Amino acid sequence: MINTLIGDLGHLSVIVAFVAAIVASYAYFMASRQSVQESGDTSWRTMARGAFYVHGVAVIAVVFILFNIIYEHRYEYYYAWSHSSNHLPVYYMISCFWEGQEGSFLLWIFWHVALGITLINFGKKNKVWEAPVMATFSFVQIFLTSMILGVVIGNFKLGSSPFILMRDFMTDAPVFAMDPNFVPQDGTGLNPLLQNYWMVIHPPTLFLGFAATLVPFAFAIAGLWKGKFTEWIRPALPWSHFAAVVLGVGIMMGAYWAYETLNFGGYWNWDPVENAVYIPWLVLVGAIHVMIAYRRSKQGLTASFILVITSFLLILYATFLTRSGILGNASVHSFTDLGLSGQLFTYLAAFTVLAIGLLVYRWKEIPSTEKELSTYSAEFWVFIGAVVLCLAAFQVLFTTSIPVYNSFLGFIGIETNAALPADQIAHYTKFQLWAGVLIAILTGVGQLLWWKKANKNSFKDAITMPLMLTLLFSALVIILSNKFDILPFKLDNPVYITLFVTSLFAVFANLSIILGLLQKKITLSGGAVSHIGIAMMLIGILFSSGYSNIISQNASGLLYSREFSDEINRDNVLLWRNTPVQMDKYQVSFRGQFQEVIGVPGYVNKELLFPTADEYKAIARGDIKVKDKLYFKTGDTLNLLSPENTFYEVAYKNDEEEFVLYPRAQANPNMGLLASPDIKHFASKDLYTHISTIPDPSEEKDWGELKEYDVKAGDTLIINDYVAVFNGIERIQQVPGVQLAGEDVAVQADFKIMGERKNYHAHPVLMIKDQMMGRIPEVVEDLGIRLIFMNIDTEKNQFKIGVNVTQKDYIILKAMEKPFVNILWIGTIVMSIGFVMAIVRRNQEGNSGEGKAKAKSKKEKEVQVA
Amino acid sequence: MKKSHIIGIVVIAVAIMIIMTTAGDASTYVSFGEAIERAQDGNSTKVHVVGRLKKDAKGHIVGMQYDPLIDPNYFAFTLVDTNRFEQQVVYYNPKPQDFERSEQVVITGNMQNNVFVADKILLKCPSKYVEKEVTASL
Repeated sequence: MINTLIGDLGHLSVIVAFVAAIVASYAYFMASRQSVQESGDTSWRTMARGAFYVHGVAVIAVVFILFNIIYEHRYEYYYAWSHSSNHLPVYYMISCFWEGQEGSFLLWIFWHVALGITLINFGKKNKVWEAPVMATFSFVQIFLTSMILGVVIGNFKLGSSPFILMRDFMTDAPVFAMDPNFVPQDGTGLNPLLQNYWMVIHPPTLFLGFAATLVPFAFAIAGLWKGKFTEWIRPALPWSHFAAVVLGVGIMMGAYWAYETLNFGGYWNWDPVENAVYIPWLVLVGAIHVMIAYRRSKQGLTASFILVITSFLLILYATFLTRSGILGNASVHSFTDLGLSGQLFTYLAAFTVLAIGLLVYRWKEIPSTEKELSTYSAEFWVFIGAVVLCLAAFQVLFTTSIPVYNSFLGFIGIETNAALPADQIAHYTKFQLWAGVLIAILTGVGQLLWWKKANKNSFKDAITMPLMLTLLFSALVIILSNKFDILPFKLDNPVYITLFVTSLFAVFANLSIILGLLQKKITLSGGAVSHIGIAMMLIGILFSSGYSNIISQNASGLLYSREFSDEINRDNVLLWRNTPVQMDKYQVSFRGQFQEVIGVPGYVNKELLFPTADEYKAIARGDIKVKDKLYFKTGDTLNLLSPENTFYEVAYKNDEEEFVLYPRAQANPNMGLLASPDIKHFASKDLYTHISTIPDPSEEKDWGELKEYDVKAGDTLIINDYVAVFNGIERIQQVPGVQLAGEDVAVQADFKIMGERKNYHAHPVLMIKDQMMGRIPEVVEDLGIRLIFMNIDTEKNQFKIGVNVTQKDYIILKAMEKPFVNILWIGTIVMSIGFVMAIVRRNQEGNSGEGKAKAKSKKEKEVQVA
Repeated sequence: MKKSHIIGIVVIAVAIMIIMTTAGDASTYVSFGEAIERAQDGNSTKVHVVGRLKKDAKGHIVGMQYDPLIDPNYFAFTLVDTNRFEQQVVYYNPKPQDFERSEQVVITGNMQNNVFVADKILLKCPSKYVEKEVTASL
């Protein structure tokens, strides 16, 4: 039975949230007017706060209602049917929430509510800022809430509601013509690529970063609006740090998810969806540096406005790119268009016009100084750093927007056929690598100038020790990697050497700053800590991408044609089951297929699992043990976790060690083969293995012709080149999955087959049930053998056995080594710690009101090296 | 000159360099005919081609060849572009698992000796983009 009440409640809550946002925005706008501020009349502000609180409650209600629909499997609602299913654990139900467009918009709206309420409470101590800042906040909420409104006015539809019913969404489906109250029994499930721990936490982190970029933007707009051109920076600065660290961590969580789950071959692929978030992050980091420089030298105010506003507008642009469908052919994981592209464009255009209009209107009133910066002033190099960050962002933006140019030119009637670069990694690396080099140099130079006296001699003294350490250490590494095989690669590429040396310089320069500041106050060194984190990230990216090594080169002697020799790509090997293959310095073998069983750690061999009609249940063929502990006995019923996933056991062995990896593959009916790698983590490298292809499970296995053998107990056969011994027959009382009645008889034949690695026992069954003869064959997957117990000749005491053979099971596999990738992940953590230290420091500074506290500079950057 | 002017000039120069490099690196969507012309002119830059798989009257795919037992890194098929030109395509990687169900294929690569050598295949399956069917059995 359809429950429309809960959906109607959800829909009503969205409408309430939308209307309340309008009221809050208008009331805060009125409360911001000069005359109201001067008169001390608080009635507008009181109304505005009340409206925003109502908005917040309504948003939270929407969140709970949508989660309830997912959790209770209410498949009469399209969102639940489309994004969830019956057997998902709760943490993946949480992922269902934001898999679709509507849910992710809701997540963003929710974070704005949380931040808005935080700002209201902040405003109670700083009354000047609450009204103009929250006016912008509420204005944003109007647009975002409209995205999930789902209201139809005439021919115009506003937003896409997460509470639409299946029958309203699929009006043409025949089933609803027959039965308007039809409810599906199960959903179509969460995208399997999103069934990963990181995909539970990556979207909420990223959207918190999106939401947080609104805060400095709102302060900047408030500053322009109210003529407080300089005062907005102090309250905005800690929020900018917060937005940058959350956005940066969110980006890296996405990179790690791609690393663990996708099989691009790594953590970054310069996909337009990835680029779209990276661009505003770079600009925001540039904005932070300019704001800090302004705090110290009162220069760069105009640039602060420009960069803060630009970073927020770029977030809106990123949203437009990923959600409007405009990326179409260019990206593998953008959202498909829900008809929201017009609204998204309106959202982007409204804030662009508002912000730029206000900036232009106030341009001449923004204070600026004509004083020229000295070459030895820290601020000069901070500005240079911001420029480098913005140029790096511009390069990515300009290329990523190629589909937009096509679309725009098409709109005005010009036919274009531009596509993204064929080799995106090479294209972006051209500039981003050198941006990384410059950033590394500037992080060191800028910090040294910031904390020392800004003159020539003092700078020389400060830079000497870091330079000496850099030269010493880099020379050591270069010699060790080239002359001795200490490292798994030779650091001989001049471009890579440049990036490595400059990153080392950044580390040592910032370390010297930290050592100097330890004697004063530790919280001042947040910037230096972040810089070290960025330098570590650059080094980690350099080594793990630049020297990534594919070890699964196909060594088969086949030559297609000499003309193709330069283009040939032999990155995948075929592994027959239980046949070892030499791969680099490892012997690698594919041992079997495994599944996850609830209650059993690790994976269980499929050979121990007898499938039942319910794909989520299986019967144990034998005792299931892990490290001598018995978890289930023969005949027990087991519950399978995600039966659509198969894990392929791949064993690696060399002189020093052995280990086993379980890359996952899923032949998904909607998305084809979905492979997730398994990774062996070493201290100095990761070994990364994924399945490139498997035999097509939808194709019927091609069994050879049936051969029949007449055997007696004790006979030996040769089957498919394997020795098999027939031990005799025995009557059995139970047949898995079959109910034996009183007069039924079941007999099994007992075979032992000598395989390459171990002996196999096979028990084909012959039974008489309900007066009819039935046969249950036994398949030995490892050996490609199927045995059928065909008949019993009681006179001769002989038994007839049928044998089919087939091609053995195989996988096609790709493996690569990523040297020193851990430095990248550790660098991310170090950078985040530095940001948090800076937030704490800026927050304290803002509270104490000290105007002369020394600021510090930071330049951070992430770069892909290939 | 003031340092800010020098910096401004450098920024503009770098921006122009970025724009020109992007224009130079950007690929294009072309037909096989144009890809062949480029190869004949000695132009080996990689292009994008959009097409469909060649099928016979019964809807079966024609001209597809993949045998991982012989070589897992060799996959060949015939693609028909939007001008209905048929061309053999070779891809030195395993066959994508859902290849047969693709409605549209976007390949990236270039022509080499009468064969289009693809190094990237982007598949568009109907079930990914077409609304899901709901049946009474669900």
